[in-house]
Amino acid sequence: MAAAFTARGLVKRYGPVTALDGVDLHVDEGELVGLLGPNGAGKSTLVKIGCGLVRATSGEAHVCGARAGSAEARRVMGYLAELFRFPGWATADELLELHQRLAGSAGGEAERRELLELVGLSEARTRRIENMSKGMQQRLGIAQALVGTPRFLFLDEPTSALDPGGRRTVRGLLEALQLRGVAVLLNSHLLSEVELVCDRVVILSRGSIVTEGRPSELARPRGVEVDLDAGTRVFEGAGREDVPRIVADLVAAGERVYGVRVLETTLEELYLEVVGDQAG
Amino acid sequence: MRGVPIMIGYALKESLRRRVFLVVLVLTACFLGLYALGTSEAFQVVEEQNDFTGVDDRELTGATMFGLSMFATLFLGAVLAAFLTLSTVRGDAERGLLQPLVVRPIGRAVLLVGRFLAAAAVCAVYVALVYTAALLITWGIGDWTPDRIVGPAVQLAAATTVIAALSLLGSIFLSATANGIAVFMVFGAGLVSGLLGQIGEALDSETLMNVAETASWILPFEALYQDGLNAITADSRGFTELALSLGPFGGAQAAGPFLWPWTLVYLALVGAAAIAAFGRKDL
Repeated sequence: MAAAFTARGLVKRYGPVTALDGVDLHVDEGELVGLLGPNGAGKSTLVKIGCGLVRATSGEAHVCGARAGSAEARRVMGYLAELFRFPGWATADELLELHQRLAGSAGGEAERRELLELVGLSEARTRRIENMSKGMQQRLGIAQALVGTPRFLFLDEPTSALDPGGRRTVRGLLEALQLRGVAVLLNSHLLSEVELVCDRVVILSRGSIVTEGRPSELARPRGVEVDLDAGTRVFEGAGREDVPRIVADLVAAGERVYGVRVLETTLEELYLEVVGDQAG
Repeated sequence: MRGVPIMIGYALKESLRRRVFLVVLVLTACFLGLYALGTSEAFQVVEEQNDFTGVDDRELTGATMFGLSMFATLFLGAVLAAFLTLSTVRGDAERGLLQPLVVRPIGRAVLLVGRFLAAAAVCAVYVALVYTAALLITWGIGDWTPDRIVGPAVQLAAATTVIAALSLLGSIFLSATANGIAVFMVFGAGLVSGLLGQIGEALDSETLMNVAETASWILPFEALYQDGLNAITADSRGFTELALSLGPFGGAQAAGPFLWPWTLVYLALVGAAAIAAFGRKDL
């Protein structure tokens, strides 16, 4: 499958501090990849190099085949920064129109209306940004990132200012984008959210990728829990393949089995395990 | 270069809709009101105490008052230029305003050039309007007009353009507050160098005059202002010329034919430095 984003041997140093230490990453077209890691792990730096906001010390990154930061790369990508602000004097419609012009989008008013509807801001089309709540501005930010129908999206904490309803809207939006074949690199602290929507998860720590894979692949067996007359009994370290043997042994021993559950590590447990003392 | 008019339009809208523009308009109205009052009083006093033998009182009063208005116009233009540009890069990046624009496929140089042209245009129009208003006030009250009318206005506009360029360059390295302070210190340094030249001339000190001249070339907005000031009484002769040279704006210096070429080269150098620095800056 063609790559929407690739990073090879990316290194970024800020003076004596190494923010990225040889990161290799590949995001396929239409793939939604979650980027996790503690504060200072290098997530935002990686995203910023991809957008051309920060220059890598060494290594290279490409967006849809074009060098990251080049006009070609910026033509096919959208970006929502972690900390962003839009000019308070502009209305939502004016802001999207400005970005349409900058992105060279021919979508016109129809695209602007569609995007505002997509993020639930149809009613606020002519409202000044300074009169919008933080959550509304965040949703406007997502609409802005989608101007010009990008093939690849960098979303840096897109739901940080949203309430649960807003987060659900964004999740639905991400799923809709996936169906359209848009690839997304989602940088988020919300593990449950990433687990719910992402095809693949990448965990960064101290500037390096410490683990990556599909959420289902990353989950490791933690044991088997069995409900018996005497209560619940846990078989530590056992997995799905051990269940028939455990049940057979218990029945043979005269126990009555009421239920069996295979226990797996959650993404949060895995995250805390691989990130170690960096977490929090 | 497709993005330049887009950025100019954006920056113009921003200039006109921000509250700072309203503040500048109010300050300008206050200044023009005070200027009209002061000019009226000055001409009235001179008319009542007509005892300057051999000196054209109207010329002396008109040129002094109008010179004062040119200084105030330059100052207000500098305030506007600084406020429109002082946070263009680092300040806007720190607030998160810049990143959504920079990731668009227009290029950083285009963004910077667009912002500069818009600021220069707003300042030029503003300076031209204030200059014209002061000219009409002086003419209406004292029946006096400067010897050169268009040239000094263009020079004041060019001076504010230079300040806008310096402020834009500073905005790449300094936060908004630090850049604002730096711009006004540079502006003050230019004015002080002009005063040094005036003192040097009075004391016949070649060292002071050389320092002032060098400073005015390093900061050409000062040379432009001095040249414009000199032009408003370019045709004065005799005792009137002598009296003007002893007044508060007596240090006005004609800059010679190299001023305009140097100003253009200076703007190009500042622009090239700004584009190069912005191109390498991590945001």
